[in-house]
Amino acid sequence: MVLIKRIYIRSRKGEIMKLTGAQIIIEALVEQGCDRVFGYPGGQVINLYDELYKNRDRINHIITAHEQGAAHAADGFARATGKTGVVIATSGPGATNLVTGIATAYLDSVPMVAITGNVPCNLLGRDSFQEVDICGVTLPITKHNYIVKDVTELADTIREAFRLAKSGRPGPVLVDVPKDVQCALCEFENAVVAPAFESPKADSEDISKAVEMICESKKPYIYCGGGVISAAASREVMDFAELIDAPIGCSMMGLSAIPTSNERFLGMQGMHGHYASSMAQSEADLVIAVGARFSDRATGKMSVYVRNCKVLHIDVDDAEIDKNVTSQLGINGDVKETIRKLVAAVSKQSHPEWMQRIEELKKEEKAKLESALKNSPSRKCSDCAVNCANTDIPAENRLHPYTIIDTISEHADKNTIVVTDVGQHQMWTAQRYPFEKIRTFISSGGLGTMGFGMGAAIGATIATGEKTVLFTGDGSFGMNLNELATAVSQNTPIIVVIMNNGVLGMVRQWQSLFFDKHYSNTTLNRKTDFVKLAESFGAKGIRVQTKEELENAAKEAFAADGPVVIDCLVDCGEFVLPMLPPGGSIDDIITEVHGGEI
Amino acid sequence: MAKYVFGILVANKFGVLTRVSSMFTRRGFNIDTLTVGETQSPELSRITVCMMGDEYAKSQIIKQLDKMHDVKQVQVMERDETVTRELLLIKIKNDSATRQDVLAAVDVFRSKIVDYSPDALCIEITGETSKINAFIELVKPFGIMEMCRTGLVALERGGNCMSY
Repeated sequence: MVLIKRIYIRSRKGEIMKLTGAQIIIEALVEQGCDRVFGYPGGQVINLYDELYKNRDRINHIITAHEQGAAHAADGFARATGKTGVVIATSGPGATNLVTGIATAYLDSVPMVAITGNVPCNLLGRDSFQEVDICGVTLPITKHNYIVKDVTELADTIREAFRLAKSGRPGPVLVDVPKDVQCALCEFENAVVAPAFESPKADSEDISKAVEMICESKKPYIYCGGGVISAAASREVMDFAELIDAPIGCSMMGLSAIPTSNERFLGMQGMHGHYASSMAQSEADLVIAVGARFSDRATGKMSVYVRNCKVLHIDVDDAEIDKNVTSQLGINGDVKETIRKLVAAVSKQSHPEWMQRIEELKKEEKAKLESALKNSPSRKCSDCAVNCANTDIPAENRLHPYTIIDTISEHADKNTIVVTDVGQHQMWTAQRYPFEKIRTFISSGGLGTMGFGMGAAIGATIATGEKTVLFTGDGSFGMNLNELATAVSQNTPIIVVIMNNGVLGMVRQWQSLFFDKHYSNTTLNRKTDFVKLAESFGAKGIRVQTKEELENAAKEAFAADGPVVIDCLVDCGEFVLPMLPPGGSIDDIITEVHGGEI
Repeated sequence: MAKYVFGILVANKFGVLTRVSSMFTRRGFNIDTLTVGETQSPELSRITVCMMGDEYAKSQIIKQLDKMHDVKQVQVMERDETVTRELLLIKIKNDSATRQDVLAAVDVFRSKIVDYSPDALCIEITGETSKINAFIELVKPFGIMEMCRTGLVALERGGNCMSY
């Protein structure tokens, strides 16, 4: 709990002065410890922006190119730090431009407070200029939202918004403040920041039942979700795995919770998960899900997913328990506390045969990967007219997506934050990048928001000051590349690595495999020169086609202070493998593709 | 599939009904009836939702409602321990040929005529859903002109109360 010094703002005569709603917003933000916000000004927040101007030494406002970028930046800020991200936008289009950003944060349980302006109360409901019912619009994508029509409720509403955003399972909260409320006067007194609402606690009966299940299990498997990161429970989960002698897999949202170097860690499971991780899950007799929600992308066909195993589900959100998977035991409680209780209650387990099998699976995975890479189409791309084939370059020197990730990771350190957009590059990064530190992987999991990356990378680097790498594709980058302007104006150390294959690769991959190679609207035929584009934004741009060129570019990019765009030409025929086909299961796993055929 | 009745205490605030009802829609649960009104405490309203569903729907609804900031308490109203009532206002043709039959039905069902005009009879009837349904079936042949029912309200029997 942070104790804030009580400050009364007094006039010369000594009485408590009244503040405007706009001033109250500033004071309430500062009270919450917020010193950086993202946003975009406009007519109905002009009073608030006037106060931001006057208080620029207390709150640094980062102006983005588009409100969506600001929302993703607030999201990236929150994911990189665990603190609540704040975004401000005006009414109408400003507010609706936040929607994708808010939904992204909602699906991935990211704490965020969005403050929007609205038309004055007397104009509400009249389709006034730039009026939109943003509370109605964001109802299903926020933990809660408010429209504040009375200035006396403003300070407490903002306090409650912050409290809700970070309590239990985090999420976005929106506060809509009509313009006249920003102008109205009200007394303001600083208050002590309230602690998060108490999380549910696992009851001891459930703990004993869980202990029983764990002791009965011969082949336990721990499945980590984003909840392990929210609860900062990495250490606890690793200790727990050690104690019960189990391997650890994760959902994409759980990536970076467990260091890749941890021997028990098998990586991501699911649609594009690691072979060993998905196989271990399917062979396990007990899946212990920790802060995970069994997304369809993580499980594949549910009936197959659970056919061999019991499920022990630990989550802070009771509604997740038995929502997607019916568990044999659900424990509703804070993940960190619950795992600690389990560690205290379980005796040391030993499963040498199972762990031997895990080692075999790792070996199988390695062999399958090698074989897939050998047959990978980083070679002539014959079945499309895209200018992406590195036809003149000897095979061993071509840029396979993994080569790109490996090269960049060799130059990065463990604090480097890795952000992705959505698509093939995202899956390759999730599979390949060796994350060692919690909160160094930032990606849109639940909503799968293409265009998430630029804003999120800006937010992450502004939050941490760390070098940030954005792995993106030419499709995703094209969605919000306007934020390169922000990266330049803020001089943020962002390295944008574009895996440029000239196509919308993930959809194309599905079209290759399941739609008779009907490349409907996935071949872009664009002539965008990303080097010139970067330069025109005031960033450094480098195009690379070979390993050597990438090596040099990476050196230059990591030495630079400001943003650098590395345009990596990759083959459009590359597939993300392994793959569980949509609606399929581990039984249908595809580990190798030849000439676009399974 | 079974019939479930939920008692939901919510903050008596702008927009709460939308929050609650839209959650049902969003999660794919079908509401049969929904009633809402202020309680003895002006800060709280009570919503009664009646729906058909399975055990999964029931448990998801309770958990999803429980998560909502404006929802203060949720209770599944168990059939045997609950008093439920519904109110129906129904307008029936006032026809000399059938009038006596209608009046007999009103009498037997212990309902009452609340408006009488040369062309229509307006009847108020209160009771459990089955009684209301039976009454509607009975008077159908006499010509229902229009009708309006409140949906279920429910309170637990005995001294136990939903409180916040």
